[in-house]
This record gives sequence, structure tokens and C-alpha cells, in this order.
Amino acid sequence: MKNLAGALFLLLTFAACNFKGEQSKLPILGRRQAVTKTVNGKEVVDTVYQTIPDFKFVNQYGDTITQNSLKGDIYVADFFFTTCPSICPIMHRNMLKVYEDFKNVPDFKIISHTIDPKHDSVTVLKKYADKLGIKGDSWWLLQGKKEDTYELGQKHYLVAMSQDDGTPGGYVHQGWFVLVDKQHRIRGYYDGTKEEEVAKMINDIKTLRAEVNTEIAQ
Amino acid sequence: MKLRLIGGIILFLIVSIAACQSDADQDYKRYFTGGANIYKQKCQNCHGNNGEGLTSLIPPLTDTAYLKKNKNHLACIVRNGITEQVLTINSKAYEGSMPANTDLAPIEIAKVLTFVTNSFGNKHGTVAVDMVEKDLTSCP
Repeated sequence: MKNLAGALFLLLTFAACNFKGEQSKLPILGRRQAVTKTVNGKEVVDTVYQTIPDFKFVNQYGDTITQNSLKGDIYVADFFFTTCPSICPIMHRNMLKVYEDFKNVPDFKIISHTIDPKHDSVTVLKKYADKLGIKGDSWWLLQGKKEDTYELGQKHYLVAMSQDDGTPGGYVHQGWFVLVDKQHRIRGYYDGTKEEEVAKMINDIKTLRAEVNTEIAQ
Repeated sequence: MKLRLIGGIILFLIVSIAACQSDADQDYKRYFTGGANIYKQKCQNCHGNNGEGLTSLIPPLTDTAYLKKNKNHLACIVRNGITEQVLTINSKAYEGSMPANTDLAPIEIAKVLTFVTNSFGNKHGTVAVDMVEKDLTSCP
């Protein structure tokens, strides 16, 4: 009996370890490719993960934002437009929690791309930011060429969006929050309209920050 | 004997009042429950689970004095929305637009208004469908 209890204890300890191990690393998502390269005269197969390419947009303050502006940052990206009557208010209600939790964290940012740049000028975005109550540089609302935003969204973040005059607001889009790491790799997709998924994202951001910090320490 | 008669009358009165109340009560409950569903589909994304609105972007539905004062305009606001207007809610100015809900029938508007004006700290009683129909004829 005592032995059994001991075995059970060991089993549980291992299970706890395993569980913790899984928790401490987020998967790397998106397309991937095997690449053969020569390291020290030996052929090795390496995996190349999909990354978000460079971009050039303008934020609500009129500053030009490129990937360089996000250097060393983990970030969450989403797509919205200020006159959106359907899912955007709930997405940004949920995103506000993320903003509040991480606004004083130096290596984290939120970037929201408008998919209606014709209406959402820098002035309109600034007004929206003020009304939403966001300040400083931890949440940028980005505006740029419509083609650029759509290409980045559809091809690289893999989020669907399109103009459709038949739906209220005139645009169809998905409410994904996409979590991107410091190496520009996609590490998570979360339904921005669901409180519980956003709560999970907040946890995952903490996990990802810890992971990156250990990588740096090594 | 007399006492018994009086007792009987009082009992009868109590029962009939209770019956009357429960009729109105049932109406109210039906409107309120139906309205809660419509609220979830049509209003909640913007105005929130608890009618709290969203920062300075979307006004809350908790200004009971506003709702009372504008009670004959509420049906028009729900059906036709608001275009680029400034509303003062809880002594704070909200500027912007609200989408129209032209697909809602007067009965549905009555239900959703019953829900809103009796939730989030409001207690204004049932919004009757004939009231809504009347209000809708004089929309701006």
C-alpha cells in the first residue's frame, strides 16, 4: 500500500512536470519549410518558419511605423475600422483589457490595422484612440495603402477580410487577434470577440515574454 | 357569520388583484425575456453585457433620467439609428452614429426597450407595443 502511494506520488509529480513543460512554450504557427544547409561541413535540415514581412504604415500620431519600430517587441495584431457596427466594439472592449494589463511593459505592443483607410485618416484614428482612452505608444492604430493592409492581413496573418456593400458597415472581416513573437513568427490566434479566448491570450503573452527572456539569458 | 362574509370578500379581492397583477406581470416577463434575446443579438456588441457602453466611444444605457425624459424618442432611435449627433449621457458628451435596425418590428422594439429600461439599474415598467407604434409615426 505504501509502495502504491509512493508510485502514485511519483506519477503525479511527473505528470505535473509534463504539464508545466507544455505550458511554458507556445507553438509556432503558420506555414513552414524544411531547408537543408551546411553547418561545419555537415548537412543539416532546418525548419524555416513563416514570418511577418516588413511593412510601412502610419499610426494615430502620424508617425511612420515599420517593422523596425517593433524591434524587440512581442505584439498582437488585429484588423478593424472605426465605423464598424458589428464585431469591432467588442474586439476593442476586450483588447482594452490587454492594453491595461501590458501598457507599462516595454517589450509589448498592440497594432490595429484599419481596413477602411479612406475613411479612417490619421485624424479619425487619433479621435478614436482618444475616445477609447488609449495613450502613449503601447497601442498603435495603423493606416496605410489599402492593398498593403489587405495583402499583409490575408497572405501573412491569414485573416480573411473583404469589402462588401451588402453587410452593415460595408466590410466583412474576422475578429482574430494574432500573437507575434520577437522573431516575427505567429504564435497564437484568438477570437477577439470572446472574453475567455482573450483571457487565454493574456496568459499566453506572459508565457511568451518569459520564453523570450530565457532565450536571451542563454 | 358577518365576519366570515367580510373575510370572504377580502379574500376574493386579494385573489382578483393578484390575478390582475400576474396578467400584467406575465406580459412584462414575456417582453423582458424576448427583449433580452434581441438585446444580445442587436445591441450587446456595442453597449456591453451590462449596458456599460465602451469608454467615450459608445454611450452606456444606465442614464435612467435620460431614458425617462426621452421615452417617446427611444423607439425611433432603435429603428432609425443616430447619424453624427452629440448625446449627453450621464453628463458626458458622446459624439457619433448608431446603426439603424430597420428589420425590427414594433413588437420587437417594444420588447428590447422593455428589457433596456428595466435593466442596468433602470426600472420603468413595460413599454407597450401600441406606444411604440404611436411613437414610430412621429420620428424626425
